[in-house]
Amino acid sequence: MDQESELFQCGHRACGGCGPALAAKLILKGTGPNTIVVASTGCMEVFSTPYPETAWGVPWIHSLFENAAAVASGIESSLKKQGRDENVVCICGDGATFDIGMLCISGAFERGHDITYICYDNEAYMNTGIQRSGATPYDANTTTTPVGKCSTGNPRPKKDLPAILNSHGASYVATASMAYPNDLIRKVKRAMEIHGPNYIQVHTPCCTGWGFDGSQTMNIGRLAVETGLWVNYEMVNGELEHVRKVGSRKSVDEYLQVQKRFRHLFRPKKNEEEIAKIQAIADHNAEVFGVDRK
Amino acid sequence: MMEILEGSHAVAEAVKRCRPQVIAAYPITPQTHIVEALASMVADCDLDADYICVESEFSALSACLGASAAGSRVYSATTSQGLALMFEVCFNVAGMRQPIVMTIANRAMGAPLNIWNDQQDSISLRDAGWMQFYAEDNQEANDLHYIAYKVAENHDVLLPAMVCFDGFILTHTYEPVDIPTQEEVDAFLPAYQPVNILDAKNPMSLGMYATPEYYTEFRYEIEEAMKRARKVFAEVGAEFGETFGRDYSGLIEGYRLEDADVALVAMGSICGTVKDAVDEMREDGKKVGLLKIRSFRPFPSEEVKAALAGVSTVAVLDKNISIGQKGAVALEVRDALYGSSGAEVLDYIIALGGRDVRKRDIRAVVDLAEKGIGDQFYGLRTEVL
Repeated sequence: MDQESELFQCGHRACGGCGPALAAKLILKGTGPNTIVVASTGCMEVFSTPYPETAWGVPWIHSLFENAAAVASGIESSLKKQGRDENVVCICGDGATFDIGMLCISGAFERGHDITYICYDNEAYMNTGIQRSGATPYDANTTTTPVGKCSTGNPRPKKDLPAILNSHGASYVATASMAYPNDLIRKVKRAMEIHGPNYIQVHTPCCTGWGFDGSQTMNIGRLAVETGLWVNYEMVNGELEHVRKVGSRKSVDEYLQVQKRFRHLFRPKKNEEEIAKIQAIADHNAEVFGVDRK
Repeated sequence: MMEILEGSHAVAEAVKRCRPQVIAAYPITPQTHIVEALASMVADCDLDADYICVESEFSALSACLGASAAGSRVYSATTSQGLALMFEVCFNVAGMRQPIVMTIANRAMGAPLNIWNDQQDSISLRDAGWMQFYAEDNQEANDLHYIAYKVAENHDVLLPAMVCFDGFILTHTYEPVDIPTQEEVDAFLPAYQPVNILDAKNPMSLGMYATPEYYTEFRYEIEEAMKRARKVFAEVGAEFGETFGRDYSGLIEGYRLEDADVALVAMGSICGTVKDAVDEMREDGKKVGLLKIRSFRPFPSEEVKAALAGVSTVAVLDKNISIGQKGAVALEVRDALYGSSGAEVLDYIIALGGRDVRKRDIRAVVDLAEKGIGDQFYGLRTEVL
């Protein structure tokens, strides 16, 4: 691959096999160079911009953990007043998006700014040591939802953020996975063409936080989709338009047992009851979104 | 042109003439009339700005940061709890060297909830890297906005500025104010010339993270810029004086200080009352004067030292308290005089939460100071303690 033409360049400090790093590269292929990226504090900021180095070939700004959507609102407004026409794209982690940044995101979407907010969802606060976020799935072992005598890990299901932003009147809401690169690039390109606040949530497996070998990132990402635990879909003006179908869904066991964050469900003995609850989440997803190819 | 205007509207007229391209603000008493007036100007196309109705003060300053980083002149206004909500962003704006100007309609901090005036809010942000200018009256509040933008945007400075004026006492008071014409302001304050901006044609990264290898040097650069701001303010203030006939070349202002034995030191609207009280006391033969602090950040230590050189007693009126120590202005004045002056510096915490100050209170402070009684809350109602 021609590194010179990449907008997200090599040499950053991400872990080998980092899902978010690959997602960033793919996202910028979708946005193209006429883009200003707004980041929040998180893994990506830390691994891609240690002063005086930067991996970003487009203008990039990071302010705080929780205000990317508000900073982007100001940038969009500023460009408009100057008669400039650049894409304004937030690229933020799940903690910044699902949790601490919700106020700013809600405000920006309600005001209808012409921005695309992309969340790279690695399902926990990863750069501070794998603590739970609102994006952490049910039963995941994190350092703030540790498995113990009275605990099977995170006690709550993942927050449905796409639904929340749909209810804010988002023009375009999509979910994607870095394990399906062409689909991700296509969705980003599409968002660039749709006026108004758009949201894309990208599933980005984290080898360090989830506990798998860095060579397996793509396979883990695909398994999430093939089990129905992650659904790739597109909604335009609140209406479901497209869903990636799955021929014969795999059991969630296949996805869970290859990650250390779910190891407690299989050792010392298999916890059938808890795994059944996770299977029910996948089945519910499949039913709501019509994932199963009939 | 001389007009009788509410303080908030005088400020809004000044802001309009500074031609901000983006305004982001959240309404909060007693700042509200400023942003309402600006919203009306935008609604009537009298002001060609984008007014972002944000959902919080936190987002207001965040949006201003983004707009400024993308190359626009921006404006916000807030007070008290709103400023506290901006705390994190305030440090960020200064660290990213964005010359944002924000009006602070000074108001007490809760709890208990209190909407009236003191200066605890902006004083509590003194370490954030923002310049802080305090207005005595609505004319000064108006004028300091033109000056604040010009100092903030100076390429030797590039720091944000707060223009502070006392909530209700000034914001809601009608006074005659000489508002310059748009043409006059345009000539004094040219369009914003940003240095490093977000631009797809020339990509750069802003707000990256810095390891211990580099962080100290960033802080040093902010401090050096703040030091340079002292000279720039004096130059810009003098230029303003030449253009508009009102001189702001001083970061401080002395009133009848020349032969004073006792000097009162204060910031903001209380200075007007102090000047009247000083006149009365002078008639009684007391050698009293006032030192008004116009710029709290950068703090004009050298100027304060020079102004108070011949004074034996300094009585500082602080509309704030650094809990566990003293009033912030007194601490600064003591630091300025340390090692060079034998003057006794006494602190009086006064007028908190909007409690009225009359001329007789100022006379009472001077009486206490002459007896060497100070470093206390003035006028405490001991019966309710």
